[in-house]
Amino acid sequence: MAKILVITSGKGGVGKTTTSAAIGTGLALRGHKTVVVDFDVGLRNLDLIMGCERRVVYDFVNVIQGDASLSQALIKDKRLENLYVLAASQTRDKDALSTEGVGRVMDELRESFEYIICDSPAGIEKGAHLAMYFADEAIVVTNPEVSSVRDSDRMLGLLASKSRRSENGEEPIKEHLLLTRYSPDRVTKGEMLGVEDVEEILAIRLLGVIPESQSVLKASNQGIPVILDEQSDAGQAYSDAVERLLGKETPHRFLDVQKKGFLQRLFGGRE
Amino acid sequence: MSHADLLDPAPVFQLKGSMLAITVLELAHNDLARLDHQLSEKVAQAPNFFQNTPLVLALDKLQPGAQRLDLHALLAVCRSHGLRTLAIRANLAEHIAAAQALDLPVLPPSSARERPIGPGATAAPVPAKKPEKPAEPVIRPTRVVTTPVRGGQQIYAPGGDLLVLAPVSAGAELLADGNIHVYAPMRGRALAGIKGNGQARIFCRVLAAELLSIAGRYKVAEDLRRDPNWGEAVHIHLAGDVLNITRL
Repeated sequence: MAKILVITSGKGGVGKTTTSAAIGTGLALRGHKTVVVDFDVGLRNLDLIMGCERRVVYDFVNVIQGDASLSQALIKDKRLENLYVLAASQTRDKDALSTEGVGRVMDELRESFEYIICDSPAGIEKGAHLAMYFADEAIVVTNPEVSSVRDSDRMLGLLASKSRRSENGEEPIKEHLLLTRYSPDRVTKGEMLGVEDVEEILAIRLLGVIPESQSVLKASNQGIPVILDEQSDAGQAYSDAVERLLGKETPHRFLDVQKKGFLQRLFGGRE
Repeated sequence: MSHADLLDPAPVFQLKGSMLAITVLELAHNDLARLDHQLSEKVAQAPNFFQNTPLVLALDKLQPGAQRLDLHALLAVCRSHGLRTLAIRANLAEHIAAAQALDLPVLPPSSARERPIGPGATAAPVPAKKPEKPAEPVIRPTRVVTTPVRGGQQIYAPGGDLLVLAPVSAGAELLADGNIHVYAPMRGRALAGIKGNGQARIFCRVLAAELLSIAGRYKVAEDLRRDPNWGEAVHIHLAGDVLNITRL
């Protein structure tokens, strides 16, 4: 049974697209046939982060409007057998999306994929609404700061009230919290909200904590999802999150300040 | 029966007070012919009502200056329509004397308000009415919310209380015409008694609200944060014009 997973947040710049790429890649790495759909029509980024921007011919809007078939528009990942990308259109805006059109594409994707990852645009308008409307589960990406937590809270309210599941009176969307750009160092200094604070305010299950890391920016610029960088703490944290998403219990890592070794302190190691 | 039996101390009777609903026929005019005619009309409407119905004849509302009343004839008219007179109610010495002559008990004039009964009237056509049921208690609906109330959501309990069993986020708004209970952290806005009920109260497990209001009197987070009960389980009620916050 295919599962539709929306990656959403309300606020922009918190790491939705990075997370969509990482989680999608992580699921495909574990043998699940996965497609990542970019709902950010007009500001398409997913293909860049997934490293397939040069192969986009048809996009999501073309499929919705019937200009192309789904198989024409799906871009197969170069690295992984099970991974596909459905890019957003850069020349259109969110009005090109319609509930019926998106619903039709989702139904068609359900037939051939195990996981459908919907990368939501920021905001709570049409694009974000349609990205979460058909979802079975939601990953709410939040940065440990007050405004991001507030926006995530708003988004959780919409997930509970404005989705297809809520409108049909079905079991509600399963919600997961993913805390990104977490810096234990700044939490101890009191400059950032701690994991417990965010968990307490949002009161949903914690899927993972992704530490603030240089490797994320590097991976984005190279078009390689950060989860493939097994050396980086962020990559490892995303792997843990995927394991938890699949139902495994793994302890949370990277929550405490790393003690620097003598040599590191001497030469001022990279953060 | 022996003498010993008569001395048996076991009581043979008990005196009890009882309230009975009894039909009262209030006579307005001393005109027996018209009474007879109008009573037959009534009997035709509800024959069951006029079968050996106990009756009190009220003469105290008779118009003054009327000709002398023939009580014996009046009783006969009533009896012919199935009304059995138990007693008369009167205030004129002349009427009282006539009743005593016929060995009829006399009741003092009534001050209680009586309702018209019988066909066409509202009351049930039973001379001795069953005691009325106690009034059903009015239960106002309480709205119960079990899922978190997120920022941007607004929940209103019209006409009653609002009860929330999950956290209320900053930016969420709870409204009720009655009381508001939050058995979890309360970080949003709570407005109780919004239609002006100053008796409404707010209860919350953890006070972290942005705004609290009862019947239009409010306190914002800036004032609330200074309160020593910030973060505690509290109860808020209106004392005069001021919101009073007390620890639970």
